[in-house]
Amino acid sequence: MRKLLLSALTAAALALLPHTAAQAGKEEVVLGLSQDRVAITATFDGSEILVFGAVKRETPIPQDDPLEVVVAVSGPAPSVMVRRKEKKLGIWVNVDSVLVDSAPAFYAVATSAPFNQVLTDTEDLRYRISIKRAIRSVGAAMHIRGAQAFADAVIRIREKNGLYSLRENTVAVDEQTLFRTAIEMPADLTEGSYQTRIFLTRGGKVVSSYETAIDVRKVGLEKFLYSLSREQPFLYGLMSLAIAIAAGWGASAAFSLLRNR
Amino acid sequence: MQIYLPIAEVSVNAFLLLGLGGMVGVLSGMFGVGGGFLMTPLLFFIGIPPAVAVATEANQIVASSFSGVLAHFRRRTVDIKMGLVLQAGGLMGAALGVVVFNYLKALGQVDLLVKLCYVVFLGVVGGLMFIESLNAIRKAKKAGGAAPAPRRQRGWVHALPFKMRFRTSGLYISVIPPLLVGVCVGILAAIMGVGGGFIMVPAMIYILGMPTKVVVGTSLFQIILVTGFTTMLHATTNYTVDIVLAVLLLIGGVIGAQIGTRIGVYLKAEQLRILLALMVIAVCVKLGLDLLLQPSEIYSLGEPGGH
Repeated sequence: MRKLLLSALTAAALALLPHTAAQAGKEEVVLGLSQDRVAITATFDGSEILVFGAVKRETPIPQDDPLEVVVAVSGPAPSVMVRRKEKKLGIWVNVDSVLVDSAPAFYAVATSAPFNQVLTDTEDLRYRISIKRAIRSVGAAMHIRGAQAFADAVIRIREKNGLYSLRENTVAVDEQTLFRTAIEMPADLTEGSYQTRIFLTRGGKVVSSYETAIDVRKVGLEKFLYSLSREQPFLYGLMSLAIAIAAGWGASAAFSLLRNR
Repeated sequence: MQIYLPIAEVSVNAFLLLGLGGMVGVLSGMFGVGGGFLMTPLLFFIGIPPAVAVATEANQIVASSFSGVLAHFRRRTVDIKMGLVLQAGGLMGAALGVVVFNYLKALGQVDLLVKLCYVVFLGVVGGLMFIESLNAIRKAKKAGGAAPAPRRQRGWVHALPFKMRFRTSGLYISVIPPLLVGVCVGILAAIMGVGGGFIMVPAMIYILGMPTKVVVGTSLFQIILVTGFTTMLHATTNYTVDIVLAVLLLIGGVIGAQIGTRIGVYLKAEQLRILLALMVIAVCVKLGLDLLLQPSEIYSLGEPGGH
């Protein structure tokens, strides 16, 4: 029993040893967010979140490659059905469709230098940082030629709507220690937890990463109406009709009053 | 002023919605159409998700039709009895239409079929109305406006059994044609997501032979129940009625409907019909071109399983 405990302890110590050694030269992110929740109110028309932080390190600043910072904010990622039109019998009809398994409703990447300078392709593949890697279509139908074109279409359409964006050179880095950037969020946000990742890179390699979440929620009237429509749909429907009838009657009464004057 | 819509989950300009509602409301009051066939495509255009647009539009039509029909009630231009018969048919048709719609949805081409329905029906209805009203105007001019247009010939419509007297319309006809008209309009309303007024109005004039002045009010009266029913269906099954969007549209809509009803009084029946015909044809051409011309983006995004 005692022997077993002893060996376990040694194993633990051995395991810890290289870890602490690596820790010494490690750079870590200390992060701040101007807000960690976005409240969608009735007059919500977009939001700007300031992401700022510092790099904590116990050793002098490495001299090899300069420190670069990548900030990626990703909204909830449901699956999306992408359809393509083709000309059939003279009219444009949806013919092929591909289910893209997961495509974030919002995706923004901010970098401190041009993207391919701050991150190698292998590292991008590993951490799924660039916009095209954020979209996953594992089960893309094999029978359709150029299934990639469908994923590209998702990016193109969402970029046009301001939902996806790659903002190079928008992260300011001071003295390889302090960094900050502003992530703009459009008015058409969906509810959910927005995963925020910060990567520190040197020479295209990720040396450290940090992850947090920004909570996007409807509040007040928006929340009340949304929940009511889901939980009491019948009541919600009746309420809609009552409002419609009341408005119709009100306008009619008001106009006849005006006319009879 | 931007407003975030809780169900549609998009942010839109409130004044734009008020304006659109008002414009469609005027047309609704003038012609006795709900205006859904205009408003639904407009909502798509400003970025409202199609499912939400269709469902919310039904709710808005309830408001503008109700506002419009009250004005018609005051002028006694609603044939309540005829309206009830049409409503009975309309509800049956709407239920049938939902079945057809779900069947087409399973086939995966519902978008196209809805659009084709629009183009075909708008084209046929608009074209026929346009020609007929032109002829009527020409005849009226030739005759110096003295000779009244000859009463409809007594065709198959008058040979059917179960006759009923519709006093307001001055008709004594079988209940079968209005019931059938109601059913057909109900089916189309459910498939196309509109009140069906643009089909109902010509059907009442040309098939049932009702006087144009009564047609508008009666059509509005019938539309209220059918769209109310549709609203409830959408709210309880798809959760796609956006009450904030509906309120913004209907504030503009009810005011517009009142104005439209008053404008309608000053127009002659033929002029009213020719204007409606032109509008129907314009929408038809626009939708037809969308199908024929190469779209700038041939890909579209949708929810899986939905249309």
